[in-house]
Amino acid sequence: MAIDERTLVTERIEALLASHPPASTPERDFWGAQFDHGLAWVQHPEDFGGCGVSPRWQAEVDRRIVEAGGSVRNRYLNVLGIGMGAGTLMAHADEERQRRMLRPMFTCEEIWCQLFSEPGAGSDLAALSTTAVKEGDTWIVNGQKVWTTLAHLATWGLLVARTDPDVPKHAGLTYFVVDMQADGVDVRPLYQITGEAEFNEVYFDDVRIDDDMRVGEVGQGWAVAMTTLMNERVAIGSNVAPRGSGAIAHALEAWKQHGGDDPVARDQLVRYWVEAEAQRLTTIRAGEARKSGTPGPEGSTGKLHWADLNKSITAFTIDLLGAEGMTYPGGYEFTRPDETANRAESAHKAFLRARANSIEGGTSEIMKNILGERVLGLPGEPRVDKNVPWREVPRS
Amino acid sequence: MTTATPTASFTVTEEQRLLRATVRELIAARATSERVREVMLGDEGYDRDAWAELAQTGLTGLTVPERFGGAGATFAELAIVIEEAGRRLLPVPLLSSAVLGTEAVLAAGTEQQCAALLPAVAEGRTTLALAHLDERGGLTSEPGVAARRDGEDWVLQGTAGYVVDGASAEMVVTAAVSDEGLVLLVVPGESAGLERRPLDVLDLTRPMATLVYDGVRVDDDAWLAGDDAMVALHRALSAGVVAVACEQVGGAGHVLEMTTGYARDRIQFGRAIGSFQAVKHRLAELLVQVESARSVAEHAARVLAAGDRHELAIAAPMAKSYCSEVFEQASADGIQLHGGIGFTWEHDAHLYFKRAKATKLLLGSPSHHRALLAEVLSL
Ligand SMILES: Cc1cc2nc3c(=O)[nH]c(=O)nc-3n(C[C@H](O)[C@H](O)[C@H](O)COP(=O)(O)OP(=O)(O)OC[C@H]3O[C@@H](n4cnc5c(N)ncnc54)[C@H](O)[C@@H]3O)c2cc1C
Repeated sequence: MAIDERTLVTERIEALLASHPPASTPERDFWGAQFDHGLAWVQHPEDFGGCGVSPRWQAEVDRRIVEAGGSVRNRYLNVLGIGMGAGTLMAHADEERQRRMLRPMFTCEEIWCQLFSEPGAGSDLAALSTTAVKEGDTWIVNGQKVWTTLAHLATWGLLVARTDPDVPKHAGLTYFVVDMQADGVDVRPLYQITGEAEFNEVYFDDVRIDDDMRVGEVGQGWAVAMTTLMNERVAIGSNVAPRGSGAIAHALEAWKQHGGDDPVARDQLVRYWVEAEAQRLTTIRAGEARKSGTPGPEGSTGKLHWADLNKSITAFTIDLLGAEGMTYPGGYEFTRPDETANRAESAHKAFLRARANSIEGGTSEIMKNILGERVLGLPGEPRVDKNVPWREVPRS
Repeated sequence: MTTATPTASFTVTEEQRLLRATVRELIAARATSERVREVMLGDEGYDRDAWAELAQTGLTGLTVPERFGGAGATFAELAIVIEEAGRRLLPVPLLSSAVLGTEAVLAAGTEQQCAALLPAVAEGRTTLALAHLDERGGLTSEPGVAARRDGEDWVLQGTAGYVVDGASAEMVVTAAVSDEGLVLLVVPGESAGLERRPLDVLDLTRPMATLVYDGVRVDDDAWLAGDDAMVALHRALSAGVVAVACEQVGGAGHVLEMTTGYARDRIQFGRAIGSFQAVKHRLAELLVQVESARSVAEHAARVLAAGDRHELAIAAPMAKSYCSEVFEQASADGIQLHGGIGFTWEHDAHLYFKRAKATKLLLGSPSHHRALLAEVLSL
């Protein structure tokens, strides 16, 4: 089975690279061809950007493309779409939507954003208040979302809204795809601690969505949203970079440039190097466990470990810089960037951006609840909002 | 700085899966808490019945080549046995005999010497120990024992400290300085002039001894005359370091399971204590650490099995430094999260706590291994 899949994937990669040499093909055309060759999301079926093989082959595809001088940066440019939206559409949307939306998503002709969090509902996503009320074949949406990454560039948004306030919170949600250019959608920048505005607040004022654009059944929005979140956590935590790259590379560079002779700092530096490597190896091990049909708990630990470690290492790097650590080279730029800075170019920006790692995609506290309850089998918290209609639950 | 990224693979073969299941079952039956305590407080030194059963199953000579009577498996398989033994603190001389002693003989002995010594070791009839530290446990280029030639014989004088299973081993591979530089000599434990003083150890499940050599005489055949002794000793110690890391993963994993189970069952304030986040989050953090420790230890075992000396210089100190600290943390949390019962002699939590501390300091502390790593990484 694995042998067949290898052959199939290899043949397709070769066909793609031959017909569309990455060096001489414009990025978007290449990504389009990659989609048509079934190498966008290899686990998807034929015609939907995949070739029906195990998802683990994607790493091989991406490696070969990069090796041949091609780019896989669409995965960052359209992270909410390619990383999370695609899996959600494949699992829950109708075929027409899938055919219409997946290809331009992959080529980045259409950028996606995720409209989940609200001022009153973050970790407790299911408590959200944005409403969708049905009028004939149309839904009328009102409310406010926050922290919406890349909403300023987005064509489409993944939206969870409350369609029934009289049932307990999880039961009254419905999932939609919303046209971000529709009347009544207002996107305003929210500037982050880096000065940049990767994210936004988004207001909905009588925005109309066709019932066609509903994903999953009415009242099933929570299950659909969970698909998105699970894809998100894997997307965040399962990236296998080369040894010594990422945050630890900044630390090593700072160590070398700044004399590097303090034995205490050296010990700490090596400690972080080891931990970064431990996290990297665990990600590889988790990936292999998935492919061989015996998924272990290690996969779910990736997001938590990476987030907290990335924060520690980037902060330590600033310490290593000494006085230079008090600077912010180039100053703060109040821009609305066209990709997220998680792979930040400078140690200073990486330091600030890393603060979000343990908040975005589910906070580290929530990750620990999930690991404790779902992986270790510990009992949950007593829930004061259980079986209580959403309308009656206290909110801040 | 760029270090090449090694290819890491964690593929588990069907044989390895089976081996783990078999060993786990065997050890669960053998290493009950009562039995481990009986052995640790007795003076046999190790669990001879368990060792005999391991031998029958072919597990005492796993990495010994078939031509020397062993199973001819790799360190990846031995690592599984060691991890499983570590889970239940099975008191047997795996580390001293199957790893340190065997690796030293394999690396330094001639073909004939290996053929003479190893079959009995593989069959579990003879156990080996490695004496390479000075009396105070220091690893210097000058061990505490000196050897000089006297006609056809060698005569040993001096003291070796912290010899794991040193009092029970049939044969002690002794590192000694001589006119010819470092030599490794295989000294029978019952030799005249060899006094073996058991140390009062923190971790009672792993005895250690001080060996005092006062004119101990062995014939020339005791001198492992194959490869360079320094290189051989280094190889044996690298294997030991990786073995300890694997054992620590076993111990830490067991503590996590034991403590999670307790957190599910123990009720306070009308709720299982595991429903309190202070407890739940600590256990989730431990899960992350234990899984990471498992990755580095397994990686090191596989690198060792593949004979990749270059990567081993990174993987071994990485594993030893990381797993030591994870086990220490896990075993300390294990006591804390059990409350008062965790502080009793009766509960097993302290056995793991002691094993963790002792293995952290055995074969080089975490900071020592990080210093080694810093050198390899040119930091
Ligand atoms: C850079 C960035 C990008 C983001 N992009 C998006 C996006 O594109 N789309 C989107 O929808 N959202 C996005 N988010 C929002 C993110 O998902 C939320 O911020 C996150 O889920 C936390 O919600 P909150 O901010 O409301 O904090 P709260 O939920 O109010 O949490 C505050 C604190 O309380 C803790 N806490 C809450 N509940 C519990 C509990 N049960 N147990 C223990 N501790 C608890 C939290 O861990 C946290 O420390 C983004 C966030 C960031 C920082």
